[in-house]
Amino acid sequence: MSEQTAKIEISGLHKSFGANHVLRGIDLDVAPGKSLVVIGGSGSGKSVLLKSVLGLIKPDRGTMKVDGRDVARHSASDKKFVAEQTGMLFQGSALFDSLTVWENVAFRLLYGEHKSRTKSKDKAIDCLAQVGLTAEVGELRPSELSGGMQKRVSLARAIAADPQILFFDEPTTGLDPIMSDVINNLIVDRVKAIGATAVSITHDMKSACKIADEIAMLYQGVIIWRGPPDELEDSGNPMVDQFVHGRADGPIQMQVRRYGKK
Amino acid sequence: MNPIAAIGRLSLDIFGEIGRMTTFAVEGALAAVTPPFYWRPFLQSLARIGYASLPVVGLTAIFTGGALALNIYEGSIFPDANAFIPQILGVSIVRELGPVLASLMVAGRCSSAMAAEIGAMRVTQQIDAMSTLSVNPFRYLVGPRILATTIAMPILVLIADIIGVYGGYLVSVYLLDMSAPIYINALIDFISHDDVTSGLIKATVFGFLIAVTGCYYGYRSGGGATGVGNATRTAVVAAAVLIFAANYALTSLFVDF
Ligand SMILES: Nc1ncnc2c1ncn2[C@@H]1O[C@H](COP(=O)(O)OP(=O)(O)OP(=O)(O)O)[C@@H](O)[C@H]1O
Ligand SMILES: [Mg+2]
Repeated sequence: MSEQTAKIEISGLHKSFGANHVLRGIDLDVAPGKSLVVIGGSGSGKSVLLKSVLGLIKPDRGTMKVDGRDVARHSASDKKFVAEQTGMLFQGSALFDSLTVWENVAFRLLYGEHKSRTKSKDKAIDCLAQVGLTAEVGELRPSELSGGMQKRVSLARAIAADPQILFFDEPTTGLDPIMSDVINNLIVDRVKAIGATAVSITHDMKSACKIADEIAMLYQGVIIWRGPPDELEDSGNPMVDQFVHGRADGPIQMQVRRYGKK
Repeated sequence: MNPIAAIGRLSLDIFGEIGRMTTFAVEGALAAVTPPFYWRPFLQSLARIGYASLPVVGLTAIFTGGALALNIYEGSIFPDANAFIPQILGVSIVRELGPVLASLMVAGRCSSAMAAEIGAMRVTQQIDAMSTLSVNPFRYLVGPRILATTIAMPILVLIADIIGVYGGYLVSVYLLDMSAPIYINALIDFISHDDVTSGLIKATVFGFLIAVTGCYYGYRSGGGATGVGNATRTAVVAAAVLIFAANYALTSLFVDF
């Protein structure tokens, strides 16, 4: 893998919010056409990591390369460069609530690439169908949809322009098991068929194993483990082990007070 | 804390804010007049800001015109007071009251709406999402609103002028027993092109200010619903203050020439 230039290359990335030192030297690279899944506890900085690469958050320190180009300076042209080849699914969907669902999905085609409305709409309805939504849903407003439907619209919007890089922040959270599997298949198809490079965040180990070529675990601001899905079960790392099996007791201590205890 | 330091900090804050808003205004003006143009949001803004403001602007104008006619009649020391009504009323409305009052009403309606709309998009990450879709959110959200308001405001003020003068006409003719031809002739004699033009130039500037403040506070808002609430309130207050300040500056400019 190392002889090929990585599609995304991050090294020594730091980011603090005030005293909250979230990212403490992230080193991560993703080869073209590969799918990486990032796992890690709630609040560990997974979303911040994706937003940093997209230029939505300015990192304090470190380098980030996309397609070999250094984008860590956070300039407008860097952001444009990344945006042009990336589709992002936001954890909170972030749909445009003043537009209809299909206009949301077709937004990049309509206003970024200035395609005609009929052409864009056809493409949007096709993308909606891929996430299990009908053309009638396309005429609704995002506020008229359920949470899981909004997530799927957001996913359709991320893939509508067939981007080379895909960022999915919890694509299957809030979906039923069957729909989750449909979405997982879609991600796998995108990576396999189009050759897209994907970075996904998920808390669902089944999804992680299905869509990942590699899994990386983020803990206390650094990547503490990285490996293929089939090594996840016996990673040899006690923290990964605790996380994957979801045990409250182990090396990772949650800052919570149990009922009735001091 | 040292009071001089406090004053220093406050003035630094104020100048900093003025600087940021000026930069925003210049960039916004550029976004409004250089491609890419986003027709759809532009036309929507035009409908929402221009067309939908008509009733409130019209009502403001008609009552102001009527009240003005009564005041001039009451306050005059001359026996044939109503002969002055069209002159004073026409000039006041066209040069001052039309542009200022209409702009204040539109500021109340639209600066707040723009700040709330753009602010909500900011806090729900819609603005972030837009930039990841290769659309510059500043150009898509701010440019069309500035252009639409700047175009709509002089048209609204022209309509407000006509309705305001008509309000004065109704009061003069039906309450104060003035003859209609005299009112109309006096009006035509006394209102000059320059009066109307200066009012419309004011309106254009006020329209620009309304959109800039609304977009500026919305665009920079943060901190959830409270942040959007603050942005909305600040936007309306700032727009009103800027309108008054700009009105003074423009009036002194027009009086000089
Ligand atoms: N804009 C921000 N301002 C201040 N702090 C922030 C901001 N965004 C994130 N943080 C902080 O950064 C930390 C990591 O947040 P992040 O959203 O990346 O978590 P996450 O790993 O995605 O968690 P989850 O799995 O719950 O989504 C949190 O402690 C959060 O409080
Ligand atoms: Mg997150």
